[in-house]
Amino acid sequence: MGMTVVEKILARASGLAAVAAGEVVEPQVDLAMSHENAALVINQFQEVFEGTGLAAKVWDPSRIAIIFDHRVPAESPKTATNQKKIRGFVADNGITKFHDIRGDVGGICHQILPEYGYVRPGFVVVGTDSHTTSHGALGAFSFGVGATEMASAWSLGIAMNIEVPATIKVVVQGEFPPFVGPKDLILNLIGTLTAQGANFKVLEFHGETIRKMSTSGRIAICNMSVEAGATSGIVPGDAETVRYLREEAGVTDAITCVTPDADATYVRTVEIDVSGLAPQIACPHMVDNVKPIEQVVGTKVQQIVIGSCTNGRLDDLADAAAILRGKKVAEGTRMLVFPASSKIFAQALDKGYILDFMKAGAVVMNSGCGPCLGVHEGALGDNEVALSTTNRNFKGRMGNPKSEVYLCSPVVAAASAITGVITDPRKGA
Amino acid sequence: MAKVIITLGNDISTDDIYPGRYMATVLPTETPQFAFADRTDFNAQLKARTFLPGSVIVGGENFGCGSSREQACSTLKGYDLAVVARSISRIFLQNSINLGLQVVICPGIEASEGDELEIMEDQVLNRTTGLAFAQVKLPAARKGIMDAGGLIPYTRARLMARG
Repeated sequence: MGMTVVEKILARASGLAAVAAGEVVEPQVDLAMSHENAALVINQFQEVFEGTGLAAKVWDPSRIAIIFDHRVPAESPKTATNQKKIRGFVADNGITKFHDIRGDVGGICHQILPEYGYVRPGFVVVGTDSHTTSHGALGAFSFGVGATEMASAWSLGIAMNIEVPATIKVVVQGEFPPFVGPKDLILNLIGTLTAQGANFKVLEFHGETIRKMSTSGRIAICNMSVEAGATSGIVPGDAETVRYLREEAGVTDAITCVTPDADATYVRTVEIDVSGLAPQIACPHMVDNVKPIEQVVGTKVQQIVIGSCTNGRLDDLADAAAILRGKKVAEGTRMLVFPASSKIFAQALDKGYILDFMKAGAVVMNSGCGPCLGVHEGALGDNEVALSTTNRNFKGRMGNPKSEVYLCSPVVAAASAITGVITDPRKGA
Repeated sequence: MAKVIITLGNDISTDDIYPGRYMATVLPTETPQFAFADRTDFNAQLKARTFLPGSVIVGGENFGCGSSREQACSTLKGYDLAVVARSISRIFLQNSINLGLQVVICPGIEASEGDELEIMEDQVLNRTTGLAFAQVKLPAARKGIMDAGGLIPYTRARLMARG
Protein backbone atom coordinates (compact mmCIF):
# COMPACT_ATOMS: atom_id res chain seq x y z
CA MET A 1 0.00 0.00 0.00
CA GLY A 2 1.29 3.46 -0.86
CA MET A 3 2.32 6.07 1.67
CA THR A 4 1.73 9.79 2.09
CA VAL A 5 4.73 12.09 2.54
CA VAL A 6 4.39 12.11 6.32
CA GLU A 7 4.04 8.31 6.44
CA LYS A 8 7.25 7.99 4.42
CA ILE A 9 9.08 10.44 6.65
CA LEU A 10 7.91 8.69 9.83
CA ALA A 11 8.79 5.25 8.42
CA ARG A 12 12.33 6.37 7.63
CA ALA A 13 12.79 8.17 10.95
CA SER A 14 11.45 5.16 12.87
CA GLY A 15 13.57 2.61 11.02
CA LEU A 16 10.56 0.88 9.49
CA ALA A 17 9.86 -0.15 5.90
CA ALA A 18 6.34 1.23 6.03
CA VAL A 19 3.88 2.83 8.42
CA ALA A 20 0.19 3.65 8.08
CA ALA A 21 -2.08 6.18 9.77
CA GLY A 22 -2.97 5.17 13.31
CA GLU A 23 0.21 3.20 14.03
CA VAL A 24 2.34 4.26 16.97
CA VAL A 25 5.96 5.11 16.20
CA GLU A 26 8.93 6.72 17.90
CA PRO A 27 10.74 8.69 15.21
CA GLN A 28 14.23 10.09 15.60
CA VAL A 29 14.08 13.87 15.80
CA ASP A 30 16.17 15.71 13.20
CA LEU A 31 15.62 19.17 14.65
CA ALA A 32 14.17 20.36 17.97
CA MET A 33 13.29 24.05 18.11
CA SER A 34 12.35 26.29 21.03
CA HIS A 35 12.12 30.01 21.73
CA GLU A 36 11.95 31.73 25.12
CA ASN A 37 9.81 28.88 26.41
CA ALA A 38 13.06 26.92 26.51
CA ALA A 39 13.13 28.32 30.06
CA LEU A 40 10.33 25.87 30.92
CA VAL A 41 11.83 23.10 28.79
CA ILE A 42 15.08 23.41 30.79
CA ASN A 43 13.15 22.96 34.07
CA GLN A 44 11.37 19.86 32.77
CA PHE A 45 14.58 18.50 31.23
CA GLN A 46 16.43 18.80 34.53
CA GLU A 47 13.55 17.11 36.33
CA VAL A 48 13.80 14.14 33.95
CA PHE A 49 17.38 13.54 35.12
CA GLU A 50 16.61 14.00 38.83
CA GLY A 51 17.61 10.95 40.83
CA THR A 52 19.00 9.10 37.82
CA GLY A 53 22.65 9.71 38.63
CA LEU A 54 23.06 10.68 34.98
CA ALA A 55 24.40 14.06 33.89
CA ALA A 56 21.68 16.27 32.40
CA LYS A 57 23.10 16.67 28.88
CA VAL A 58 21.06 17.02 25.71
CA TRP A 59 21.13 14.10 23.29
CA ASP A 60 22.65 16.05 20.39
CA PRO A 61 23.40 19.80 20.74
CA SER A 62 23.73 20.17 16.95
CA ARG A 63 20.08 19.22 16.49
CA ILE A 64 18.66 21.76 18.92
CA ALA A 65 17.74 25.27 17.80
CA ILE A 66 16.84 28.07 20.21
CA ILE A 67 15.70 31.41 18.83
CA PHE A 68 14.63 34.39 20.94
CA ASP A 69 11.63 36.03 19.30
CA HIS A 70 8.57 36.22 21.53
CA ARG A 71 9.67 39.08 23.75
CA VAL A 72 12.66 40.80 22.13
CA PRO A 73 14.21 42.91 23.51
CA ALA A 74 12.90 41.73 26.90
CA GLU A 75 9.82 43.60 28.14
CA SER A 76 10.34 42.68 31.80
CA PRO A 77 12.98 41.58 34.30
CA LYS A 78 11.29 38.17 34.37
CA THR A 79 11.73 37.64 30.63
CA ALA A 80 15.28 38.99 30.71
CA THR A 81 16.11 36.54 33.49
CA ASN A 82 14.56 33.64 31.53
CA GLN A 83 16.63 34.64 28.50
CA LYS A 84 19.76 34.83 30.65
CA LYS A 85 19.09 31.34 32.03
CA ILE A 86 18.67 29.97 28.48
CA ARG A 87 21.96 31.55 27.36
CA GLY A 88 23.70 29.73 30.19
CA PHE A 89 22.12 26.42 29.20
CA VAL A 90 23.05 26.97 25.55
CA ALA A 91 26.69 27.57 26.52
CA ASP A 92 26.82 24.62 28.94
CA ASN A 93 25.41 22.21 26.35
CA GLY A 94 27.26 23.52 23.29
CA ILE A 95 24.07 24.34 21.38
CA THR A 96 25.18 26.05 18.17
CA LYS A 97 21.87 26.86 16.44
CA PHE A 98 21.23 29.68 18.90
CA HIS A 99 19.93 33.06 17.72
CA ASP A 100 20.08 35.70 20.41
CA ILE A 101 18.59 39.22 20.27
CA ARG A 102 20.68 40.58 17.43
CA GLY A 103 20.30 42.87 14.44
CA ASP A 104 22.30 40.57 12.18
CA VAL A 105 21.17 36.97 12.79
CA GLY A 106 18.07 37.48 14.92
CA GLY A 107 14.45 36.99 13.95
CA ILE A 108 11.33 34.88 14.35
CA CYS A 109 12.05 31.18 14.84
CA HIS A 110 9.85 30.13 11.91
CA GLN A 111 11.81 32.41 9.60
CA ILE A 112 15.27 31.64 11.01
CA LEU A 113 14.92 27.87 10.56
CA PRO A 114 14.35 28.03 6.78
CA GLU A 115 16.64 31.03 6.30
CA TYR A 116 19.68 29.25 7.77
CA GLY A 117 18.94 25.93 6.09
CA TYR A 118 18.26 24.19 9.41
CA VAL A 119 15.25 22.35 7.96
CA ARG A 120 15.51 19.90 5.07
CA PRO A 121 12.95 17.86 3.15
CA GLY A 122 12.23 14.60 4.96
CA PHE A 123 13.17 15.91 8.41
CA VAL A 124 11.17 15.26 11.54
CA VAL A 125 11.00 18.65 13.27
CA VAL A 126 9.44 19.32 16.68
CA GLY A 127 9.02 22.80 18.10
CA THR A 128 7.58 24.22 21.30
CA ASP A 129 5.41 26.52 19.25
CA SER A 130 2.15 25.64 17.53
CA HIS A 131 3.24 27.38 14.31
CA THR A 132 6.07 24.87 13.92
CA THR A 133 3.77 23.58 11.16
CA SER A 134 5.49 26.29 9.05
CA HIS A 135 8.43 24.05 8.19
CA GLY A 136 6.26 21.67 6.23
CA ALA A 137 6.84 24.29 3.54
CA LEU A 138 10.24 22.65 3.00
CA GLY A 139 8.86 19.12 2.83
CA ALA A 140 9.52 18.26 6.48
CA PHE A 141 7.11 16.72 8.98
CA SER A 142 7.10 19.53 11.48
CA PHE A 143 4.74 19.84 14.43
CA GLY A 144 4.20 21.70 17.67
CA VAL A 145 4.72 20.11 21.08
CA GLY A 146 4.60 21.25 24.69
CA ALA A 147 7.61 21.95 26.86
CA THR A 148 7.58 18.57 28.60
CA GLU A 149 7.46 16.72 25.28
CA MET A 150 10.44 18.81 24.17
CA ALA A 151 12.30 17.92 27.38
CA SER A 152 11.71 14.29 26.48
CA ALA A 153 13.08 14.87 22.97
CA TRP A 154 16.15 16.69 24.36
CA SER A 155 16.76 13.69 26.63
CA LEU A 156 16.28 10.82 24.19
CA GLY A 157 16.32 12.32 20.69
CA ILE A 158 12.98 10.80 19.80
CA ALA A 159 9.42 12.00 19.60
CA MET A 160 7.71 9.76 22.12
CA ASN A 161 4.75 7.60 21.16
CA ILE A 162 3.58 9.44 18.07
CA GLU A 163 0.42 8.24 16.39
CA VAL A 164 0.91 8.42 12.62
CA PRO A 165 -1.60 11.08 11.54
CA ALA A 166 -4.07 10.61 8.73
CA THR A 167 -3.62 13.00 5.80
CA ILE A 168 -6.03 15.32 4.00
CA LYS A 169 -4.96 16.03 0.42
CA VAL A 170 -5.46 19.64 -0.64
CA VAL A 171 -5.26 20.21 -4.39
CA VAL A 172 -5.00 23.84 -5.46
CA GLN A 173 -5.45 24.90 -9.07
CA GLY A 174 -5.75 28.19 -10.93
CA GLU A 175 -3.87 31.45 -11.01
CA PHE A 176 -4.30 33.99 -8.22
CA PRO A 177 -6.14 37.14 -9.37
CA PRO A 178 -4.33 40.46 -8.72
CA PHE A 179 -4.11 41.35 -5.00
CA VAL A 180 -4.98 37.77 -3.97
CA GLY A 181 -2.37 35.28 -2.76
CA PRO A 182 -1.34 32.48 -0.40
CA LYS A 183 -2.77 34.16 2.74
CA ASP A 184 -6.19 34.35 1.12
CA LEU A 185 -5.91 30.72 0.07
CA ILE A 186 -5.14 29.47 3.58
CA LEU A 187 -7.78 31.68 5.23
CA ASN A 188 -10.33 30.35 2.75
CA LEU A 189 -9.27 26.76 3.46
CA ILE A 190 -9.52 27.28 7.24
CA GLY A 191 -13.01 28.71 6.74
CA THR A 192 -13.94 25.59 4.77
CA LEU A 193 -12.36 23.04 7.11
CA THR A 194 -13.23 24.91 10.38
CA ALA A 195 -10.85 25.42 13.31
CA GLN A 196 -10.88 21.74 14.20
CA GLY A 197 -11.48 20.25 10.75
CA ALA A 198 -7.92 18.94 10.53
CA ASN A 199 -7.36 18.15 14.24
CA PHE A 200 -4.90 15.20 14.49
CA LYS A 201 -4.45 15.26 10.69
CA VAL A 202 -1.90 16.50 8.17
CA LEU A 203 -2.69 18.84 5.29
CA GLU A 204 -0.64 17.76 2.26
CA PHE A 205 -0.65 20.46 -0.43
CA HIS A 206 -0.65 19.69 -4.16
CA GLY A 207 -1.62 21.24 -7.48
CA GLU A 208 -0.28 23.66 -10.02
CA THR A 209 -0.81 26.71 -7.81
CA ILE A 210 1.34 25.19 -5.08
CA ARG A 211 4.06 24.08 -7.53
CA LYS A 212 4.34 27.68 -8.80
CA MET A 213 4.23 29.19 -5.31
CA SER A 214 7.39 30.61 -3.72
CA THR A 215 8.73 29.10 -0.50
CA SER A 216 7.59 32.28 1.26
CA GLY A 217 3.98 31.63 0.23
CA ARG A 218 4.30 27.97 1.18
CA ILE A 219 5.51 28.96 4.64
CA ALA A 220 2.41 31.15 5.05
CA ILE A 221 0.02 28.30 4.19
CA CYS A 222 1.83 25.67 6.27
CA ASN A 223 2.16 28.16 9.14
CA MET A 224 -1.60 28.61 9.37
CA SER A 225 -2.47 24.93 8.83
CA VAL A 226 -2.55 24.64 12.61
CA GLU A 227 -5.47 27.08 12.64
CA ALA A 228 -7.53 24.28 11.11
CA GLY A 229 -6.19 22.09 13.90
CA ALA A 230 -3.66 20.29 11.67
CA THR A 231 -0.72 18.48 13.24
CA SER A 232 1.25 19.79 10.27
CA GLY A 233 0.91 21.24 6.81
CA ILE A 234 3.32 19.91 4.23
CA VAL A 235 4.31 20.74 0.67
CA PRO A 236 6.23 17.78 -0.79
CA GLY A 237 9.76 18.95 -1.63
CA ASP A 238 10.29 19.93 -5.27
CA ALA A 239 12.46 22.10 -7.53
CA GLU A 240 11.44 25.27 -5.65
CA THR A 241 12.41 23.69 -2.31
CA VAL A 242 15.87 22.85 -3.67
CA ARG A 243 16.19 26.31 -5.25
CA TYR A 244 15.30 28.02 -1.97
CA LEU A 245 17.68 25.93 0.10
CA ARG A 246 20.57 26.34 -2.38
CA GLU A 247 20.11 29.98 -3.40
CA GLU A 248 18.58 31.59 -0.33
CA ALA A 249 19.69 29.38 2.57
CA GLY A 250 23.13 28.57 1.13
CA VAL A 251 22.80 24.81 1.62
CA THR A 252 25.55 22.92 -0.21
CA ASP A 253 25.13 19.30 0.93
CA ALA A 254 22.77 16.71 -0.54
CA ILE A 255 19.02 17.44 -0.52
CA THR A 256 16.61 14.53 -0.92
CA CYS A 257 12.96 15.38 -1.52
CA VAL A 258 10.26 13.01 -0.30
CA THR A 259 7.14 12.65 -2.43
CA PRO A 260 3.97 10.65 -1.78
CA ASP A 261 3.17 7.39 -3.56
CA ALA A 262 0.56 7.60 -6.30
CA ASP A 263 -1.62 5.13 -4.37
CA ALA A 264 -1.23 6.78 -0.97
CA THR A 265 -4.30 6.77 1.25
CA TYR A 266 -5.97 10.08 2.13
CA VAL A 267 -8.93 10.52 4.48
CA ARG A 268 -10.27 13.34 2.40
CA THR A 269 -9.43 15.39 -0.68
CA VAL A 270 -10.22 19.10 -0.86
CA GLU A 271 -10.02 20.86 -4.22
CA ILE A 272 -9.70 24.61 -4.50
CA ASP A 273 -9.62 26.82 -7.60
CA VAL A 274 -8.10 30.19 -6.67
CA SER A 275 -8.80 31.92 -9.98
CA GLY A 276 -12.05 33.39 -8.65
CA LEU A 277 -10.90 33.95 -5.06
CA ALA A 278 -11.50 37.34 -3.38
CA PRO A 279 -9.26 38.71 -0.60
CA GLN A 280 -10.27 36.86 2.57
CA ILE A 281 -10.70 38.24 6.09
CA ALA A 282 -10.84 36.22 9.32
CA CYS A 283 -13.24 38.11 11.57
CA PRO A 284 -13.31 38.28 15.38
CA HIS A 285 -12.89 36.15 17.40
CA MET A 286 -12.10 32.95 15.48
CA VAL A 287 -9.70 32.20 12.68
CA ASP A 288 -12.35 30.12 10.90
CA ASN A 289 -14.82 33.03 10.89
CA VAL A 290 -13.66 33.82 7.35
CA LYS A 291 -15.49 36.14 4.95
CA PRO A 292 -14.73 37.54 1.52
CA ILE A 293 -13.59 41.14 1.93
CA GLU A 294 -16.78 42.58 0.40
CA GLN A 295 -18.67 41.68 3.60
CA VAL A 296 -16.46 43.73 5.93
CA VAL A 297 -15.29 46.62 3.74
CA GLY A 298 -15.59 49.94 5.59
CA THR A 299 -14.92 48.55 9.09
CA LYS A 300 -12.94 51.19 11.00
CA VAL A 301 -9.49 50.10 12.23
CA GLN A 302 -7.20 51.79 14.74
CA GLN A 303 -4.16 49.57 14.28
CA ILE A 304 -2.66 47.93 11.20
CA VAL A 305 -0.02 45.26 11.75
CA ILE A 306 2.20 43.87 9.00
CA GLY A 307 4.67 41.17 9.96
CA SER A 308 4.95 37.89 11.89
CA CYS A 309 5.98 34.36 10.97
CA THR A 310 2.96 34.29 8.67
CA ASN A 311 3.51 37.43 6.58
CA GLY A 312 6.69 39.28 7.50
CA ARG A 313 8.89 38.15 4.61
CA LEU A 314 10.46 40.25 1.87
CA ASP A 315 7.72 39.63 -0.71
CA ASP A 316 5.08 40.57 1.87
CA LEU A 317 6.91 43.82 2.65
CA ALA A 318 7.43 44.52 -1.07
CA ASP A 319 3.71 44.12 -1.80
CA ALA A 320 2.73 46.38 1.09
CA ALA A 321 5.38 49.01 0.29
CA ALA A 322 4.23 49.19 -3.33
CA ILE A 323 0.77 50.19 -2.15
CA LEU A 324 1.95 52.64 0.54
CA ARG A 325 4.70 54.35 -1.49
CA GLY A 326 3.98 58.07 -1.63
CA LYS A 327 0.81 57.67 0.45
CA LYS A 328 0.03 58.37 4.11
CA VAL A 329 -1.36 56.21 6.87
CA ALA A 330 -4.80 57.64 7.74
CA GLU A 331 -5.23 59.96 10.73
CA GLY A 332 -6.58 58.00 13.67
CA THR A 333 -4.90 54.80 12.47
CA ARG A 334 -1.45 53.62 13.50
CA MET A 335 0.57 51.13 11.50
CA LEU A 336 3.22 48.77 12.84
CA VAL A 337 5.60 46.82 10.61
CA PHE A 338 7.89 44.12 11.93
CA PRO A 339 10.01 42.14 9.48
CA ALA A 340 10.27 38.39 10.19
CA SER A 341 14.05 38.44 10.53
CA SER A 342 16.98 40.82 10.76
CA LYS A 343 18.13 39.58 7.35
CA ILE A 344 14.77 40.49 5.82
CA PHE A 345 14.89 43.85 7.62
CA ALA A 346 18.27 44.56 6.00
CA GLN A 347 17.04 43.46 2.57
CA ALA A 348 13.96 45.68 2.95
CA LEU A 349 16.27 48.57 3.85
CA ASP A 350 18.33 47.97 0.71
CA LYS A 351 15.21 47.85 -1.45
CA GLY A 352 13.85 51.07 0.07
CA TYR A 353 10.72 49.47 1.55
CA ILE A 354 11.54 50.55 5.10
CA LEU A 355 11.74 54.19 4.02
CA ASP A 356 8.47 53.80 2.11
CA PHE A 357 6.82 52.63 5.34
CA MET A 358 8.38 55.36 7.46
CA LYS A 359 7.48 58.15 5.05
CA ALA A 360 3.91 56.87 5.02
CA GLY A 361 3.85 57.15 8.81
CA ALA A 362 4.27 53.50 9.78
CA VAL A 363 6.39 52.52 12.77
CA VAL A 364 8.95 49.90 11.79
CA MET A 365 9.88 47.66 14.70
CA ASN A 366 12.67 45.18 15.27
CA SER A 367 12.19 41.60 14.08
CA GLY A 368 10.30 39.37 16.45
CA CYS A 369 6.79 38.23 17.29
CA GLY A 370 5.91 41.84 18.15
CA PRO A 371 2.24 42.56 18.85
CA CYS A 372 0.95 39.22 17.46
CA LEU A 373 0.39 37.50 20.79
CA GLY A 374 -0.09 40.45 23.08
CA VAL A 375 2.88 39.85 25.35
CA HIS A 376 5.17 42.62 24.45
CA GLU A 377 4.20 45.73 22.51
CA GLY A 378 1.52 47.18 20.29
CA ALA A 379 -1.37 46.41 22.66
CA LEU A 380 -4.87 47.58 21.73
CA GLY A 381 -7.08 49.92 23.75
CA ASP A 382 -10.59 49.04 24.88
CA ASN A 383 -12.98 48.67 21.93
CA GLU A 384 -10.18 49.19 19.41
CA VAL A 385 -9.94 47.17 16.21
CA ALA A 386 -6.80 45.81 14.60
CA LEU A 387 -6.33 44.56 11.05
CA SER A 388 -3.32 42.30 10.99
CA THR A 389 -1.35 39.96 8.76
CA THR A 390 -0.69 37.69 11.74
CA ASN A 391 -2.26 34.29 12.35
CA ARG A 392 -4.67 34.46 15.30
CA ASN A 393 -7.58 36.64 16.33
CA PHE A 394 -8.77 34.93 19.51
CA LYS A 395 -10.39 37.24 22.03
CA GLY A 396 -7.59 39.01 23.88
CA ARG A 397 -4.94 37.84 21.45
CA MET A 398 -3.33 41.26 21.14
CA GLY A 399 -3.39 41.74 24.88
CA ASN A 400 -6.86 43.19 25.44
CA PRO A 401 -10.03 41.07 25.67
CA LYS A 402 -12.06 44.21 24.95
CA SER A 403 -10.54 44.61 21.49
CA GLU A 404 -11.05 42.94 18.11
CA VAL A 405 -8.58 41.54 15.59
CA TYR A 406 -9.25 40.91 11.90
CA LEU A 407 -6.72 38.89 9.87
CA CYS A 408 -5.78 39.57 6.26
CA SER A 409 -3.03 39.61 3.65
CA PRO A 410 -0.30 42.27 3.46
CA VAL A 411 -1.92 44.05 0.49
CA VAL A 412 -5.26 44.34 2.28
CA ALA A 413 -3.46 45.66 5.39
CA ALA A 414 -1.55 48.25 3.35
CA ALA A 415 -4.59 49.45 1.39
CA SER A 416 -6.58 49.74 4.62
CA ALA A 417 -3.82 51.70 6.37
CA ILE A 418 -4.30 54.52 3.85
CA THR A 419 -8.05 54.77 4.36
CA GLY A 420 -8.35 53.77 8.03
CA VAL A 421 -11.09 51.30 7.18
CA ILE A 422 -10.97 47.76 5.77
CA THR A 423 -10.37 48.40 2.09
CA ASP A 424 -10.44 46.15 -0.96
CA PRO A 425 -7.03 46.57 -2.65
CA ARG A 426 -8.56 45.54 -5.99
CA LYS A 427 -10.52 48.82 -6.01
CA GLY A 428 -7.36 50.93 -5.90
CA ALA A 429 -6.57 52.55 -2.58
CA MET B 1 -18.51 12.88 42.19
CA ALA B 2 -17.33 16.14 40.73
CA LYS B 3 -19.13 19.43 40.46
CA VAL B 4 -19.30 21.35 37.19
CA ILE B 5 -17.89 24.78 38.04
CA ILE B 6 -18.22 26.39 34.61
CA THR B 7 -19.53 25.47 31.18
CA LEU B 8 -17.75 26.95 28.18
CA GLY B 9 -18.55 27.06 24.49
CA ASN B 10 -16.64 25.85 21.44
CA ASP B 11 -13.07 26.78 20.48
CA ILE B 12 -11.84 27.80 23.93
CA SER B 13 -8.30 28.91 23.07
CA THR B 14 -5.16 28.71 25.15
CA ASP B 15 -5.17 32.54 25.00
CA ASP B 16 -8.44 32.34 26.95
CA ILE B 17 -7.19 29.70 29.40
CA TYR B 18 -3.81 31.37 29.93
CA PRO B 19 -3.36 34.77 28.23
CA GLY B 20 -0.13 35.28 26.32
CA ARG B 21 0.99 38.19 28.42
CA TYR B 22 1.63 35.83 31.35
CA MET B 23 3.78 33.40 29.37
CA ALA B 24 7.01 34.56 31.01
CA THR B 25 5.64 32.83 34.11
CA VAL B 26 6.47 29.16 33.68
CA LEU B 27 6.62 27.46 37.08
CA PRO B 28 3.61 25.18 37.74
CA THR B 29 3.53 26.62 41.25
CA GLU B 30 3.05 30.13 39.82
CA THR B 31 0.88 29.64 36.72
CA PRO B 32 -2.46 28.89 38.51
CA GLN B 33 -2.97 32.54 39.51
CA PHE B 34 -3.43 33.44 35.82
CA ALA B 35 -5.96 30.74 34.90
CA PHE B 36 -8.67 32.34 32.73
CA ALA B 37 -7.22 35.71 33.78
CA ASP B 38 -9.48 37.66 31.41
CA ARG B 39 -12.58 36.04 32.92
CA THR B 40 -12.03 38.06 36.06
CA ASP B 41 -14.88 36.63 38.18
CA PHE B 42 -13.96 33.01 37.44
CA ASN B 43 -10.27 33.75 37.99
CA ALA B 44 -11.10 35.29 41.38
CA GLN B 45 -13.17 32.25 42.39
CA LEU B 46 -10.31 29.94 41.42
CA LYS B 47 -7.78 31.94 43.37
CA ALA B 48 -10.07 32.02 46.41
CA ARG B 49 -10.12 28.19 46.24
CA THR B 50 -13.91 28.17 46.27
CA PHE B 51 -13.89 24.89 44.29
CA LEU B 52 -13.04 21.43 45.53
CA PRO B 53 -10.18 19.54 43.87
CA GLY B 54 -11.55 17.35 41.09
CA SER B 55 -14.11 19.95 40.03
CA VAL B 56 -14.90 19.98 36.33
CA ILE B 57 -14.72 22.49 33.50
CA VAL B 58 -17.13 21.46 30.75
CA GLY B 59 -16.06 22.57 27.27
CA GLY B 60 -17.52 22.33 23.80
CA GLU B 61 -15.70 21.44 20.58
CA ASN B 62 -11.98 22.05 20.05
CA PHE B 63 -11.11 22.83 23.66
CA GLY B 64 -7.58 24.23 24.08
CA CYS B 65 -7.05 25.27 20.48
CA GLY B 66 -4.21 27.59 19.55
CA SER B 67 -0.83 27.93 21.16
CA SER B 68 1.31 25.04 22.42
CA ARG B 69 1.88 26.82 25.74
CA GLU B 70 1.97 24.20 28.46
CA GLN B 71 0.99 26.79 31.04
CA ALA B 72 -2.60 26.32 29.82
CA CYS B 73 -2.46 22.83 31.36
CA SER B 74 -0.34 23.50 34.44
CA THR B 75 -2.59 26.42 35.36
CA LEU B 76 -5.61 24.05 35.60
CA LYS B 77 -3.60 21.19 37.08
CA GLY B 78 -2.62 23.58 39.87
CA TYR B 79 -6.24 23.55 41.07
CA ASP B 80 -6.64 19.81 40.42
CA LEU B 81 -9.41 20.54 37.94
CA ALA B 82 -10.61 18.15 35.26
CA VAL B 83 -11.75 19.02 31.74
CA VAL B 84 -14.66 17.26 30.06
CA ALA B 85 -15.11 18.50 26.49
CA ARG B 86 -16.84 17.45 23.28
CA SER B 87 -13.48 17.46 21.51
CA ILE B 88 -9.98 18.60 22.43
CA SER B 89 -7.27 20.20 20.30
CA ARG B 90 -4.26 17.92 19.71
CA ILE B 91 -1.49 19.82 21.47
CA PHE B 92 -3.62 20.65 24.51
CA LEU B 93 -4.65 17.00 24.79
CA GLN B 94 -1.05 15.84 24.50
CA ASN B 95 0.17 18.41 27.06
CA SER B 96 -2.59 17.40 29.48
CA ILE B 97 -1.62 13.74 29.33
CA ASN B 98 2.06 14.62 29.66
CA LEU B 99 1.40 16.67 32.80
CA GLY B 100 -1.27 14.41 34.28
CA LEU B 101 -4.18 16.86 33.93
CA GLN B 102 -7.38 14.81 33.73
CA VAL B 103 -9.06 15.34 30.36
CA VAL B 104 -12.10 13.49 29.06
CA ILE B 105 -13.41 13.58 25.50
CA CYS B 106 -17.16 13.22 25.63
CA PRO B 107 -18.77 14.21 22.30
CA GLY B 108 -22.34 14.34 23.59
CA ILE B 109 -21.76 15.88 27.01
CA GLU B 110 -24.59 17.98 28.32
CA ALA B 111 -24.16 19.60 31.69
CA SER B 112 -24.91 22.85 33.48
CA GLU B 113 -23.00 24.72 36.11
CA GLY B 114 -23.58 23.06 39.46
CA ASP B 115 -24.35 19.61 38.04
CA GLU B 116 -22.63 16.65 39.66
CA LEU B 117 -20.73 14.42 37.25
CA GLU B 118 -19.30 11.00 37.76
CA ILE B 119 -16.39 10.29 35.43
CA MET B 120 -16.36 6.54 34.88
CA GLU B 121 -14.19 4.18 32.85
CA ASP B 122 -15.93 4.64 29.50
CA GLN B 123 -18.68 7.16 30.14
CA VAL B 124 -19.57 10.29 32.04
CA LEU B 125 -22.71 10.16 34.15
CA ASN B 126 -24.50 13.40 34.91
CA ARG B 127 -25.95 12.55 38.32
CA THR B 128 -28.05 15.71 38.33
CA THR B 129 -29.87 14.98 35.06
CA GLY B 130 -29.48 11.21 35.14
CA LEU B 131 -28.06 11.17 31.61
CA ALA B 132 -24.95 9.21 30.63
CA PHE B 133 -22.56 10.16 27.83
CA ALA B 134 -20.01 7.93 26.10
CA GLN B 135 -16.32 8.83 26.23
CA VAL B 136 -13.92 8.67 23.32
CA LYS B 137 -10.86 6.74 24.40
CA LEU B 138 -7.69 8.81 24.67
CA PRO B 139 -5.01 7.91 22.09
CA ALA B 140 -3.74 4.40 22.86
CA ALA B 141 -0.25 5.65 22.09
CA ARG B 142 -0.36 7.70 25.26
CA LYS B 143 -1.44 4.94 27.63
CA GLY B 144 2.10 4.17 28.76
CA ILE B 145 2.62 7.83 29.63
CA MET B 146 -0.62 8.00 31.60
CA ASP B 147 0.20 4.78 33.44
CA ALA B 148 3.62 6.14 34.35
CA GLY B 149 2.01 9.26 35.84
CA GLY B 150 3.17 11.64 33.13
CA LEU B 151 5.86 12.13 30.54
CA ILE B 152 8.65 13.07 32.94
CA PRO B 153 8.64 9.78 34.89
CA TYR B 154 8.04 7.91 31.61
CA THR B 155 11.06 9.53 29.97
CA ARG B 156 13.14 9.02 33.10
CA ALA B 157 12.38 5.29 33.05
CA ARG B 158 13.31 5.08 29.38
CA LEU B 159 16.52 6.96 30.03
CA MET B 160 17.46 4.58 32.83
CA ALA B 161 16.62 1.56 30.69
CA ARG B 162 18.91 2.90 27.99
CA GLY B 163 21.68 3.41 30.57
